[in-house]
Amino acid sequence: MSGNMNLTLKVWRQKDAQAAGKFVTYKADSISPDMSFLEMLDVVNESLTKKNEEPIYFDHDCREGICGSCSLYINGHPHGPKQAITTCQLHMRTFHNGQTITIEPWRSAAFPVIKDLGTDRSAFDRIQQAGGFISVNTGGAQDANATLIPKVVADEAFNSATCIGCGACVAACKNASAMLFVSAKITQLGLLPQGQPERYSRVQAMVAQMDEEGFGNCTNTGACEAECPKEIKLTNIARMNNDYFSAKLFRENHVHDGGGE
Amino acid sequence: MGLDAKIPQGPLAEKWSKHKFNLKLVNPANKRKYDVIIVGTGLAGASAAASLAELGYNVKAFCFQDSPRRAHSIAAQGGINAAKNYQNDGDSVYRLFYDTIKGGDYRARESNVHRLAEVSVNIIDQCVAQGVPFAREYGGLLDNRSFGGSQVSRTFYARGQTGQQLLLGAYSALNRQINLGKVKMYTRTEMLDVVTIDGHAKGIVTRNLITGAIETHAGHAVLLATGGYGNVFYLSTNAIGSNVTAAWRAHKRGAFFANPCYTQIHPTCIPVTGDHQSKLTLMSESLRNDGRVWAPKTVEIAKQLQTKQITAAQVKEEDRDYFLERKYPSFGNLVPRDVASRNAKEMSDEGRGVGTTGLAVYLDFAEAIQRMGEDTVRAKYGNLFDMYYQITDENPYKQPMRIYPAVHYTMGGLWVDYNLSTNVPGLYAMGECNFSDHGANRLGASALMQGLSDGYFVIPYTLGDYLATIGPKPVDKNHPAFEKTKQEVIAYNNKLLSLKGNKTVVEYHRELGHIMWEYCGMARTEEGLTKAKAMIKELKADFWKNAILTGGNDEVNAALERAGRVADFIELGELMVTDALNRRESCGGHFRLESQTEEGEALRNDEEYAYVAAWEFKGENVEEELHKEELVFENVKLTQRSYK
Repeated sequence: MSGNMNLTLKVWRQKDAQAAGKFVTYKADSISPDMSFLEMLDVVNESLTKKNEEPIYFDHDCREGICGSCSLYINGHPHGPKQAITTCQLHMRTFHNGQTITIEPWRSAAFPVIKDLGTDRSAFDRIQQAGGFISVNTGGAQDANATLIPKVVADEAFNSATCIGCGACVAACKNASAMLFVSAKITQLGLLPQGQPERYSRVQAMVAQMDEEGFGNCTNTGACEAECPKEIKLTNIARMNNDYFSAKLFRENHVHDGGGE
Repeated sequence: MGLDAKIPQGPLAEKWSKHKFNLKLVNPANKRKYDVIIVGTGLAGASAAASLAELGYNVKAFCFQDSPRRAHSIAAQGGINAAKNYQNDGDSVYRLFYDTIKGGDYRARESNVHRLAEVSVNIIDQCVAQGVPFAREYGGLLDNRSFGGSQVSRTFYARGQTGQQLLLGAYSALNRQINLGKVKMYTRTEMLDVVTIDGHAKGIVTRNLITGAIETHAGHAVLLATGGYGNVFYLSTNAIGSNVTAAWRAHKRGAFFANPCYTQIHPTCIPVTGDHQSKLTLMSESLRNDGRVWAPKTVEIAKQLQTKQITAAQVKEEDRDYFLERKYPSFGNLVPRDVASRNAKEMSDEGRGVGTTGLAVYLDFAEAIQRMGEDTVRAKYGNLFDMYYQITDENPYKQPMRIYPAVHYTMGGLWVDYNLSTNVPGLYAMGECNFSDHGANRLGASALMQGLSDGYFVIPYTLGDYLATIGPKPVDKNHPAFEKTKQEVIAYNNKLLSLKGNKTVVEYHRELGHIMWEYCGMARTEEGLTKAKAMIKELKADFWKNAILTGGNDEVNAALERAGRVADFIELGELMVTDALNRRESCGGHFRLESQTEEGEALRNDEEYAYVAAWEFKGENVEEELHKEELVFENVKLTQRSYK
C-alpha cells in the first residue's frame, strides 16, 4: 500500500529480572500509518513467532488510553514523542519512512524489568494500599446529595483522579520520583469533604511507603507533568508537600492504621 | 432437568427485603474461619472482595493484570444509572425496573431486575462516600444526564471516565482491606480451572504469569467476576486481555452457560482501517444526543465518497439520508443500541456506507456546532473528539465522524440463580460474566450498575447463607481433587506448548472473529449459522494441529496465555452458534432474519422462547444439552418494542 513505511527498531530485550539485557535490532516493514504503535509491535511479533523466535514482551491491555498498562520509553520519551497520550494511542503516522525507533522499558530501580519491555509496577499498588482510600465500609453511607461539594472543587478533585497509574512520571524523572502519582491521590481525597478525617494520616502513610519503595525525591524539574498522558499538574505535589509538612509539624499523632479490627 | 432460580415468593417490591431476612447469617466470630476466593477485580470483583473482607471473611483475590486497578471496567465511559429521581422528572425504582426489562426485550428475570433497580440508589451513596468525583452542578448537587434512549435523567457520570472513577473507588476499598490483611491479592495470576469436591466448588488452579508456576488455592466458595466474552469476535471494544477462560473452564466443570448468543453491538465505534487492527474503540453514545447519523441516499454518491472524489461536506442536503430520524421519528438518533447498529449495517450492506472500506456511516455535528457554537460542543464532547482525531487523523469539528457498530458487551454468561449462585454449589458469578439482569439487550449505563450491585449489595448477603449452611470446617487442601485438577491443567498447557505448526494463535483468533461477525453478528440466519458451526469445528481441529507456540511454561509467555484463551473462545463460539440456531426468534441483540416485523424490527416469539437457555457441557466434541428456565412475567405486559 502506498504511504506504508519501513522502519528500524532498536528494542531492549531481557529474558527476566536477573538476566542482563541488550538492544536487538529488528526491521518493521510495510507499516501502515494508521496502525497504533502497539499494532506495529504486534506485526513484528507475528513475524518473529512464525520464525519460531521469541516475541517481544510488552504490557498492554485496553488499548484506548485508560487502563495504564502500556508503557514504553520511545526515542527518549515515556509514551513516545506526542503529549498527553499513552503509547497505545500513539499512531505510526507520527513517524516517517526509514526512521530508527529506540524502544526501552521504564527506567527506575523501583520498577524492575520483568521481561523485555515489561516492568513490575507493584510499588504503586503498595503506596495506594498504605493510605489511598477513605475508610468507609459498604452500606450505611448517607444520601449522596447530603453533602454539597462546589463544582470547582469536584472538578479539581476529578482532574487529580484521572491518573491512570502508568508510571510515566517516574520514568520521565531524573530522580525516578513518584511524587506526581502519590500527590494526585492525596489531592483528590484531600480536596473532598469525605477525605478530611484521614487527610493527615493518609499523607504520612503514603509518603512513608513511597520512600520505602525507593523512589527518588522531587527537584521541581517538571518532567513528570510534561510527560504525563493525563496532564496531571505539578501543583498536586505542592499540595502534598503542604499537607505533609503540616502533618509532620502539628499532626504527627494522626496515624493511619486503616481503622479495622 | 428443571432449573430452580430460587426466586423468593411475594410481591415484586418485597421479594428482596423478605429474602434478606430469610437468608442465614454467619456468626461474626465465625466469619474469619471462612476463606473466599474471588477471581477478577473489576467493579464486581473488587467491590465484592472489599465488602466481604469488611464483614470479616478471609478473601483471596486474583487478577491477570499487573494491578487490580487495570480491570476493563476502567474503560466504561458514559455513566451509571440509579433511580434517585434527583431531577424530579418522574423516575422511580419501578420505572428503572420497567425500562430495563423492556430494553432487554423481555428476556430477563423480573425479580433480579427489580432488585437491581432497588439497590441502584445505594450504589451512588456508597461511591460518593468513597470519594468518587462525580460531575456536579454549581449548587454542589450531583448532576445527571439522560442516556441511551432513556426518557428520564438518571445517569450519574464523571466526565467520559465513569468506569475509571467507579473502579478506582472499589480499588481503594479493596486496598484498604489488603492493608488490613483481610484480602490477599494475587496479581498477574490467571485462573485456569475450578476444583470441585463432592459437587461443591472448593478451590481453583492458577498460573503465575511471571514464573509459570501452576498452583492450587482452597476456599469455602469461589466467586467469578471475570467479565464478558466479546473478544470471541476478535475485534471488540474489550481489552486485549479480556477473555472467557475462567467462565469457560467453570462451564466445563459443570456450570451451565446461559444465553451465549446474546451479544451487544454498540453503534458508535471508530471503524476498522485494516487487517492489522487489534481492537475497536468505542465513543460514548452520548454523542448521539447532538450528532445526526446519516448516509448518502444513493450508491453512486457513496462510491464517490469511498474513493475520496468528494468530501462529506460536498454532499447536498437533499442527497443525505438521516435514516434514524426518517425511520424512527419519535426517538430519532436516540433509538436503542441494537436498533441503531442494525440500521448502520443495512446502509453498508446496501452499498451506501462511507469511508475507504464502505463500512461506516456519518455522525455529523455540523448542525450542533451551528446551534450551540463550537465551544459548547467542545465542552460537552471535547475528549471524545480528541480521541477520534488521535485515532483517525480527521478533525470532527470540520468533517463528520465516521462510525460503525462494534461488539461491546455480552449479556449471556454463566447461569446463576437469584442468589448469584451457579448450578454448582459454592460457585458464584457476578457482573458481566453472569447472564442475569440484562435480558437480550443491555441499556446504556446499566453495566456499571449491575457490577457494583452484585458486589456491594447482593453477594455479601447471599453468600453468607451458603457459608452458614456448609459450616466453617476448613477445606482439606490435601484432598486429591486439588492435585488431580492441577495435573490436568499442566497436561493441557503442555499440549498447547507442543504445538509447532505454522499458523499463529492470533491468526486463528482473527479467523474465528471473521466467522462470528459474519454469521453470528448483527443478523443471523439458519443457513449462515449452520455453515458457521461447521467452520468452527474445522477451525478447532486445525488449531490443535497447526498452531505455533513459542517459549515454555516456566517463564513469562504471552503466547501461551493467548493460546489458552483462544482455544476457549473457539469452543465458546460453537456454543454461541448452537444457541443462536436454537433460538428461532429475534430478541434484542439477537436478530434472526427469519423473524422480523413488517417494519424490519426484531420479532419475538413469546409462546415458544420466553425462557433462559442454559447449556450443559457434556464432553469434548459432544453437543451440549439445553436446559430451560421459563421466564414468568407477573408485573409487566410483554409488548412489541417500538421506537417509531
